[in-house]
Amino acid sequence: MPDGGIGAPTKRREDTRFLTGRGKYTDDFTPQNTSYCAFARSQVANGKINSVDMSAAAEMPGVLATFTGEDFVEVGGNPAGWAIVSRDGEPMKEPKRPVLAHGKVRHVGDAYAAVVAETLEQALDAVEAIEADIEELDAVIDMASAVAGSGSLVHDEIETNTCFDWGWIEDNRAATDEAIKAAPHVTTLELVNNRLVPNALEPRASIGEYDPGTGDYKLTTTSQNPHLSRLLIAAFVLGIPENKLTVLAPDVGGGFGSKIYHYSEEALVLAAAKKLGRPVKWTATRTESFLADAHGRDHVTKIELATEKDGTFIAFRTETMANVGAYLSNFATVTPTFLHGTLMAGNYTVPNVYVNVKAVFTNTAPVDAYRGAGRPEATYSLERVIDKCARELGMDPVEIRRKNFIKKDQYPYASAAGLEYDSGDYDALMDGLEKTADLAGFEARRAESAKNGKLRGLGINAYIEACGIAPSNLVGILGARVGLYDAATVRVNPTGNISVMVGAHSHGQGHETAFPQIVADMLGVDALSVDIVHGDTSKIPFGMGTYGSRSLAVCGSAVFRATEKIIVKATAIAAHMLEDKPENIEFNDGVFSIKGTNKNVGFGDVALKAYIPHDYPIEELEPGLEETAFYDPANFTYPSGAYASEVEVDPETGKVTICSMVALDDFGVVVNPMIVTGQVQGGLAQGIGQALLENSVYDKNGQLLSGSLMDYAMPRADDLPNLVVDHSHATRCTHNPIGSKGCGEAGAIGSPPTIVNAVVDALVRGGHDVDHIDMPVSPSRVWAAMNK
Amino acid sequence: MYDFDLVIPTSVDEASTAMKADGAQALGGGQTLLPTMKQRLAAPETLVKLSGLSELVGVNAASGTLSIGGATTHGQVADEASAYPALAALAGNIGDPAVRNRGTIGGSIANNDPAACYPAGVLGSGATVVTNTREISADDYFVDLFETALEEGEIVTGVNFPIPDAANYQKFDQPASRFALVGVFVAKFGDTVRVAVTGASNGGVFRWSEAEAALNANFSADALEGLAVDAGDLISDLHGSAEYRAHLVGVLTRRAVQACS
Repeated sequence: MPDGGIGAPTKRREDTRFLTGRGKYTDDFTPQNTSYCAFARSQVANGKINSVDMSAAAEMPGVLATFTGEDFVEVGGNPAGWAIVSRDGEPMKEPKRPVLAHGKVRHVGDAYAAVVAETLEQALDAVEAIEADIEELDAVIDMASAVAGSGSLVHDEIETNTCFDWGWIEDNRAATDEAIKAAPHVTTLELVNNRLVPNALEPRASIGEYDPGTGDYKLTTTSQNPHLSRLLIAAFVLGIPENKLTVLAPDVGGGFGSKIYHYSEEALVLAAAKKLGRPVKWTATRTESFLADAHGRDHVTKIELATEKDGTFIAFRTETMANVGAYLSNFATVTPTFLHGTLMAGNYTVPNVYVNVKAVFTNTAPVDAYRGAGRPEATYSLERVIDKCARELGMDPVEIRRKNFIKKDQYPYASAAGLEYDSGDYDALMDGLEKTADLAGFEARRAESAKNGKLRGLGINAYIEACGIAPSNLVGILGARVGLYDAATVRVNPTGNISVMVGAHSHGQGHETAFPQIVADMLGVDALSVDIVHGDTSKIPFGMGTYGSRSLAVCGSAVFRATEKIIVKATAIAAHMLEDKPENIEFNDGVFSIKGTNKNVGFGDVALKAYIPHDYPIEELEPGLEETAFYDPANFTYPSGAYASEVEVDPETGKVTICSMVALDDFGVVVNPMIVTGQVQGGLAQGIGQALLENSVYDKNGQLLSGSLMDYAMPRADDLPNLVVDHSHATRCTHNPIGSKGCGEAGAIGSPPTIVNAVVDALVRGGHDVDHIDMPVSPSRVWAAMNK
Repeated sequence: MYDFDLVIPTSVDEASTAMKADGAQALGGGQTLLPTMKQRLAAPETLVKLSGLSELVGVNAASGTLSIGGATTHGQVADEASAYPALAALAGNIGDPAVRNRGTIGGSIANNDPAACYPAGVLGSGATVVTNTREISADDYFVDLFETALEEGEIVTGVNFPIPDAANYQKFDQPASRFALVGVFVAKFGDTVRVAVTGASNGGVFRWSEAEAALNANFSADALEGLAVDAGDLISDLHGSAEYRAHLVGVLTRRAVQACS
């Protein structure tokens, strides 16, 4: 293997441009003659639009065009990507999500009009001149009241606020109910998975362009998923043929899920560019990000765990209300269902699992996938109720988990929640955790903290996630409206360097470094001679984007398959050059040789021959060396882990300080350990953010109280302990060619219960009668729990 | 941001004249005003820039008084107010380095944010606010939320702090903004103790007189036993209830007293 192949911790090559200010983000592009767009956004959560008078705005200096919901009545809406069927067999309720609100506004920040002007300030001035008569109605905010149906409706035409009432697995419901009824012990926990605002460093931005000479459109946008945006704009929203629309996602400054989706602003700048024949740019303010990006989480859950007296798990039963906000964002319906309910067996051999999820429309921003997407909600519920159960049974939290772990000789394992786990070794992870986190030394550290007047607690938990999203045949049965394969083209240039066009988009994941390592490993070339091309639908065969820890497992596998095809063709060329048959040629470390001889030819010479085929057997061999592969996974991948954290609680103020955070993960084969460590660290920071700090709160009128960074607490460096990350306890993924499972979301999935378990442990050890505190476990909440 | 005129005076006199114009607004370090203007939530017609005026910049200690020019940044106070360590520490923990390198003491106390740190330091020290027209004692200066005794067009040119025998500022961060969820400044001058509380009250910074009386008699944390501020007038918000804030006032006051001894 050359330096820089699979397993090499090479530095991220893209960081040179990011760290020296040379990244190029959407807002950095200003095509000649660009005009600027600003939106009028609702100040009320629920309102009837009586009139929107744009005449004064249109007369303002510099204004080029104005738009209202009326202008888009004839075009389509932004659809949900996944059709969920309710327990009674009824399809989910799917109200139209228009480009601009029409008839009603449904959340604070809902855009109902737009202005395009010569300058941004002129556009903003004109927005202020819009005369809108919007009659405020009672807002639907609290999910329980929304479901009860006594008050207002978010969407009048569907006559309910319940989008669907889903059961998983409905056929297991009766057996689960019976098992819980008969069980010797049942632990019940009610909890809230707090609503989060993704807050990527780069706010969303979009530039629409239209070429009247060719009829071609171009959208430059902050997307994790440019082909999906192209598909949705083409097939559902504006009807622009895909061959006339290029979607470009250049450097993107973080997504965390919020940039997977197609948003209305993208459609608007394209429509405006066509109307004006000029580029139209919109860049969100941070305030717009808070109000109009898809938020995350927001579940209200009751979970029950039934066990034998010895702690053997009998059943998990969960009832969840999941907020979907005012409109269905593209992945809003799959996130609380198949990305959540199917994980509710966790790492355990529990025989009965049943999950009921009611998705609820409210007058709040749409809620969709956010780093982890459904799986953090599952892990949090499971690992919190298991901790509570252990305490009730007087068992050690490690012991109760070990007792119920799936053992390493049980794979493939069909979980009671409907998935088939292909590989794992949870006991090995727990062994490693006990050692790395020095669980045995906790008592001494607790005593030391006590001397300083602090309550110390230890939290541990396991997690499993389903990543590598996803096998198309399976998700198709479950209601997905798209396939979830990915694609890559490997293009060997005449001089032997290589361009790889990949469907996955890199916005912090380090693909530009990691993907070439796969190709370099397989072809025996220097990784620096391989570059990837991503984020441009005109250059890439196809792609389903980056989310769900899927890029390496799915798109990386497509790169692997395309590279295999390159080797097959290159072998045929080498055979021709060596005047032998392909079956007699072997390929090692970049050299083709006739087996058993020292006759050989290097990869570079073969590449050159492919493009200068002067002596080619033209009937047998095509010139060129370029191959494309689409890869559709046979199963999800199942990363897993064991986490531990110690915290100190100040008993006087309730302030929690995280003393340690140890994350042991099984990601299968790791291509670049340094990047993986960084991904886990980032995920841990976000998980700790959710556990300790972040909370998106609407008041009863639907005003976003945590609408800025002054009130929405993001984790900062000094909120974080030293993060110990270890991914050495790996079991290979059995069904993809690289053997990788995915690492992007793990930290955000595994860590919230670790922190809350530790805080509750600290309080209980400190003599307080506390069995749960909802996230974020802020000082005021901890103090209230200690002083209830 | 709406358009505005920017006046860059070369002296306090010029600044005073410029401030007489309709819609004129003094600009200190701009750490509150500029973000507000960027969000189109404030629209002054004219900004009068004070931060470049050298006569308003400086930290000087003489005969028991620390004098700080109105346009002195928090960073400079943190670095140079060694004669009054508690105040230097307070300044060094405002915001982040970017804020401390721009934000000024005059700007902070003219704005009188109910969660800002400086009002606690000024009131807790019994300092004197000096303006272009007069001197105002701290007890008269802070009126209400974002409201001070400053008249229209009046400029804070400096603050004179009597240097106490002992003092300490305890700040408990609001987790998002890292302003004070509650901050308590305790200063001891001979037998007289002042206790000023920021972050907690709907009326802005205030003196906790019961604690002062108790500490005058016995300057020790034990003297505060059983004392509590009335939660009725305190702020309740996302980050903490009035009861929690009232509790924190007690905890932080005790800690400040302990840190003094």
